[in-house]
Amino acid sequence: MTEETLNKLRILTESAKYDVSCSSSGTVRANRGTGVGNTVGGIGICHSFADDGRCISLLKVMLTNYCMYDCAYCINRTSNDIPRATLSVRELVELTMEFYRRNYIEGLFLSSGVVRNPDYTMERLVRVAKDLRTIHRFNGYIHLKSIPGASRELVNEAGLYADRMSVNIEIPNENSLKLLAPEKDFRSVYEPMSFIQQGVLENKEDRRHCRHVPRFVPAGQSTQMIVGATADRDRDILRLSSALYARPTMRRVYYSGYIHVNTYDKRLPLLKQPPLVRENRLYQADWLLRFYQFRVDEIVDDAHPDLDLEVDPKLAWALRHPEVFPVDINKADYELILRVPGIGVKSATLIVNSRRFGRVTSFHLKKMGVVMKKARYFITCGELVSPTIHELHPENVRRLLVPHPKRKTDDRQLTLDFGDSASPTPLLP
Amino acid sequence: MTIFRFDRTLDGLLTAVFDAYARRSFPDVLQGDEVPLPLFYEEEHTVITDEAKATRVWNALRKKLSHQALSCLATAYLSELPELDMPLFRYIRKSIDSPQSIERNFADPDVLFVTNTCRKVAHERLRMLQFVRFQKAADGTYFALMEPLYNILPLAIDHFRDRFADQPFLLYDRRRHYGYYYDCREVTCVHFDEQLPHFQSGKLDESLLDKDEKLFQELWRTYFKAICIRERMNPRKQRQDMPVRYWKYLTEKNGK
Repeated sequence: MTEETLNKLRILTESAKYDVSCSSSGTVRANRGTGVGNTVGGIGICHSFADDGRCISLLKVMLTNYCMYDCAYCINRTSNDIPRATLSVRELVELTMEFYRRNYIEGLFLSSGVVRNPDYTMERLVRVAKDLRTIHRFNGYIHLKSIPGASRELVNEAGLYADRMSVNIEIPNENSLKLLAPEKDFRSVYEPMSFIQQGVLENKEDRRHCRHVPRFVPAGQSTQMIVGATADRDRDILRLSSALYARPTMRRVYYSGYIHVNTYDKRLPLLKQPPLVRENRLYQADWLLRFYQFRVDEIVDDAHPDLDLEVDPKLAWALRHPEVFPVDINKADYELILRVPGIGVKSATLIVNSRRFGRVTSFHLKKMGVVMKKARYFITCGELVSPTIHELHPENVRRLLVPHPKRKTDDRQLTLDFGDSASPTPLLP
Repeated sequence: MTIFRFDRTLDGLLTAVFDAYARRSFPDVLQGDEVPLPLFYEEEHTVITDEAKATRVWNALRKKLSHQALSCLATAYLSELPELDMPLFRYIRKSIDSPQSIERNFADPDVLFVTNTCRKVAHERLRMLQFVRFQKAADGTYFALMEPLYNILPLAIDHFRDRFADQPFLLYDRRRHYGYYYDCREVTCVHFDEQLPHFQSGKLDESLLDKDEKLFQELWRTYFKAICIRERMNPRKQRQDMPVRYWKYLTEKNGK
């Protein structure tokens, strides 16, 4: 551990930071005095937040940023002239342990550039996880990247030590993927994914017979798609996510607004700003799929292939479907209440519980945390006097709810230039 | 107006409930011992905390409320908010009077207030799990100082004890002047003289630090800087998720 490690850490973090996933959720594992660390499950623990507002839960670092592939969207492509470094297994293990003991991190997120061949790289990743688990008896969270093209045996071994594994799809369309990353195709992505899935399912079956069988990738797998690097519509992205969520082990799909890292490559669009709003809308749509019981064709379809950037996808759906509303808060099913814009999972649960005791009024709703500014057009609850979406028409409701950019100056007001008060300029020469 | 004064402990509050039923007069105001009485009031009663009475009330509550609701009550109490006393009292009274459990009637302002306070305390606990930073001292003890809004140390200590089972550590709440020391076997409650310089600044003196501590702090700061994507700068989001009041003891926010 020296100044050199410091440099390596900087270089390898810079290379790893474009990976979005940083969750430490999905497994509960108590320590019970057998070593150091535990995992808490639930929503996980974020230990810090970087200046870009993204959470830091895991030590997200690459084993090496040398890579033999030349993917257009990636900062570590072989044709890029960037500082390269490799951390030794021992260094990485020590870093993880020491950071963990100081409560800086929740565990390790390890990925790597592909050197020599996929199996060689994967083997080194597995070594790190194995050393942490067996030598240092580390019980914290480990997220391993599965290298596309790695053999099944290595994936199976990695799964014994990792909590979560992931393979990134990156581009939601095979043709675009082939264009941007000539060495990759969908098969090279889906194969490791199915290895992980089969491993988990087999393990589930084994544990049914003998509960002492060690768990295999208990927090399932995740993946990531880049948004805005290709011409793919939100419809394609969300359809793919929805199909992935239908697979038994897929827990999270991350969306990463494309950042123009390789400015010289003409195959990529020239973006001044990463598409942050679009990324945010995609995450909102993702939440609708996972927690609000929406189907993907309700959020985007051929008539509306892209998400509305001005309003969130749930409100957009509500404006397209006024026939469902107004919803009677005191009678409607939980599923229907969940569809009202301005009511989330928390307030919907509170409403359904409270109405057993008496009528729920708009006063109560406000206290429970419902965003009445939005919800009032879509609900009835007895005494609430507010025009509903039927009386106002969807387009007017939309106009009321779209945030207006703050006008800097009032154009009805005449502006007078008084000049500098210290040295008044004469009106007449 | 009837005023009850009590010592602001949970047992004190439960005894107040007992006394109210025994006296058949219920307070309009509950206040701590040290708070001066208002100018006008009809009746004043000073509650003398009695563990036996408190246990009787708690047992009565156990018959009415679920395990979760009871733990919610106790957690909310740890907020130590003076404005919580009355809602908590009314919540307990309503629970005892009602034939069925009222714990899920969130339309009731008292139930909602207690539940929300419980949620806030739990959130503050999570914040402490997130933002506590240990420094390794030369003798191998890990030291961390914190100033949580609510008294969450008793809720958080089990987590740290399980997680760092093989390292001795000291977690100290500066605002409430107590802490827990873990010596790899058991946790003990400790009090310290807070005039010591590292209790003032939160940073251990260099002579007390482990030889590698400075390096790892520097490594962490390097990592923290490197992980940020400059094209996506969003300081507002950062402050939202990591409020500035926690920055005082964060290694990454306090350079050298």
